Amino acid sequence: MKKRIFALTMAAVMTVGLLSGCGGGTTQETKTPDNSSGTSAAIKIGGAGPLTGGAAIYGNAAARGAQIAADEINAANPDGLQIDLRYEDDAHDAEKSVNAYNTLKGWGMQVFLGSVTSTPGVATSVEANNDHMFYLTPSASSTDVLGGVANPLTGTVDIQRKDNVFQMCFVDPNQGSASAQYIYDQNLGSSIAVIYKNDDVYSTGVYNSFDAKAKELGLNVVSVTTFTTDTQTDFSVQLGDAKNAGADLVFLPMYYDAAALIFTQANAMGYAPKWFGIDGMDGILGVVGFDTSLAEGVMLLTPFNADAEDEATKNFVKTYQDKYGEVPNQFAADAYDCVYAIYNALTEAGVTADMSAGDICDKMVAQFTAMTFDGLTGEGMTWDASGAVTKSPKGMVIQDGAYVGMD
Amino acid sequence: MNKLKSMSPATRTNFLTYAAVILTFAILQPLSAAGKISPTLQGQLVPVCAYVVMALSLNLTVGVLGELSLGHAGFMSVGAFSGAVCASALQNVIPASGLRLGVSMVVGALLAGIVGTIISVPVLRLNGDYLAIVTLAFGQIIKSIVENLYVGVDAKGLHFSFLQPTMRLGEGGRMILNGPMGIPNISKISTFLAGFILIMVTLAVIFNLVNSRSGRAIMALRDNRIAAESVGINVIKYKMMAFVISAALAGAAGALFSLGQNTIVASKFDFNMSILILVYVVLGGQGKMWGSILAASFLTILPETAAMRDLKDYRMLAYAIVLILVMLATNSPALKGFFARFFRRKEDKTEKGGAQ
Repeated sequence: MKKRIFALTMAAVMTVGLLSGCGGGTTQETKTPDNSSGTSAAIKIGGAGPLTGGAAIYGNAAARGAQIAADEINAANPDGLQIDLRYEDDAHDAEKSVNAYNTLKGWGMQVFLGSVTSTPGVATSVEANNDHMFYLTPSASSTDVLGGVANPLTGTVDIQRKDNVFQMCFVDPNQGSASAQYIYDQNLGSSIAVIYKNDDVYSTGVYNSFDAKAKELGLNVVSVTTFTTDTQTDFSVQLGDAKNAGADLVFLPMYYDAAALIFTQANAMGYAPKWFGIDGMDGILGVVGFDTSLAEGVMLLTPFNADAEDEATKNFVKTYQDKYGEVPNQFAADAYDCVYAIYNALTEAGVTADMSAGDICDKMVAQFTAMTFDGLTGEGMTWDASGAVTKSPKGMVIQDGAYVGMD
Repeated sequence: MNKLKSMSPATRTNFLTYAAVILTFAILQPLSAAGKISPTLQGQLVPVCAYVVMALSLNLTVGVLGELSLGHAGFMSVGAFSGAVCASALQNVIPASGLRLGVSMVVGALLAGIVGTIISVPVLRLNGDYLAIVTLAFGQIIKSIVENLYVGVDAKGLHFSFLQPTMRLGEGGRMILNGPMGIPNISKISTFLAGFILIMVTLAVIFNLVNSRSGRAIMALRDNRIAAESVGINVIKYKMMAFVISAALAGAAGALFSLGQNTIVASKFDFNMSILILVYVVLGGQGKMWGSILAASFLTILPETAAMRDLKDYRMLAYAIVLILVMLATNSPALKGFFARFFRRKEDKTEKGGAQ
């Protein structure tokens, strides 16, 4: 019996290892350059994200985007304030993210670049709030990260506003209601189906606000189906339901990995509605082995377009491609913007590297609510005391295998 | 010291296990209070205690009862969510956090025990691999249920709904459990002291059970079910006893764990978590409680150490390799033989030395 238990356990461990091995980074992170060129000390900025595991694409993208920004800043101001950036792995898990945060705290972190994903973000934002550490997350979009937002169901605030926490991305409810408004304004579909991932904070958060706005506008939602991490390989039931209900537009509030499968399977069953996605859909054209012609005509709302013609975006995309061999997605752009926003605020507030995290936090909060920031993911971004960013999403459509702006 | 030698080997091991746990606590607690340990380790004190209790409770099923359970995280999940909901609902009723934690752990243990009882009815009719597979399924079922459960509280009390949050809460009402989004706003009330007490209670429960008449019946079932049945041991009763106690202890560990986190989601307590805890048990040695404690602490702290963090992308690979090496080393007959010979030789030498 003992031998059999041992054998079974070993087999299970190896299976798990096999599963969680997928999606790991392919390129090695570059080391932070040392500050040999500058005489002034470096300010320690830490970040946590899923660098391994199933969500590793998001964490790695953010870490790389942030690294590019830090390298640029350090190279451009050899005598000014330098940035020492360090990313730690949280494997998209709240418990491990707190471990990662504590590790960074032990390292002497002064400003926290937040968690990349929402569930860990909720956990680390509480820790950072207790420590009074400035927190700017590139992409943890749940309102629970910021706190202070009333629950749509009860109208009460379940989580108090964490005054040190700010977001670079849109909060989930804004995306959902903006999508419903967009579909309504442009009259994109007469009967709408929704497929969302109900064990995911991001997907559920967007769906809930979409649902509320759709009811308010009187959109005709004919089919609502769900999936989970365990079932995201087969969508025949969900697509069949949407098809039978006669939906001519399908709203997909999810990340692109699941969406790629949906497009492939819908194509196989001869179902061709209009598709509408949100910022998580950005990156669909980069999925390995995905026939991009299937994504033809897919509409999405996103703050970042890697094909934009402005100088800043072109430089960023080029640097990223040279370094990592792929087109950056919005996570990389958000993290890149985060580092620049933090740097601008640091210099404008007159922060020096020898200040304590608490003092920096006070200055940064005052600076952030007052300043305007132009970045890759938006012009004239501002933050108010709620911590949410004000910028407008860009409507995009995929044409001939590339993102093209709508309107 | 003589007294220690005159004890039976089992009692001596139990006694030393208690002593080691108390000693570790006595060293770590003042260090932690004075802020002398790293923030990482400081943050891990409570989770480590919870994992230790999880490993101990699973060892009761796997090591003492001899049945493989692959759904142990399910019981932890039941305890974690019921404990956190309880603590949140009682926030204004019991202001003292220590008492509230205690009540929540008891509620978590009770609910996990009830779920364990329900599950044990079909599960314990099976044996061996079949039982393992069914426990795996139940672990997944519990995860799915929690993922779709919504709990709110207002002046009238608790409100529940399933699949969709349909309840309308009255004045001052708030959501506690948000389905897949879990509980986002847990106030941390678990302490290292509470974790230490729970480990001691768990050890006391397990050691006393194992050394009782019931415990001997359970081990008889493990060693030879047919022989045990033939001498009149009630198979279902004793299997159920071990299984339910194991589930209840896991529930208490779950409550301790969740109340030491800022947020918990149901997907945390998945198949991987069950396997992880089984790894602690197998690595520490089935039936060896001190082994479970050591393995759970070591394997929880190891991936967060500075040396492992420095490996960056290769961290989890290195962790897996360490795991496999330790498993091979502790189970290799050649190594075991080597150590056995080594110790024997040493003993021989001391004996010879004594004779001269």
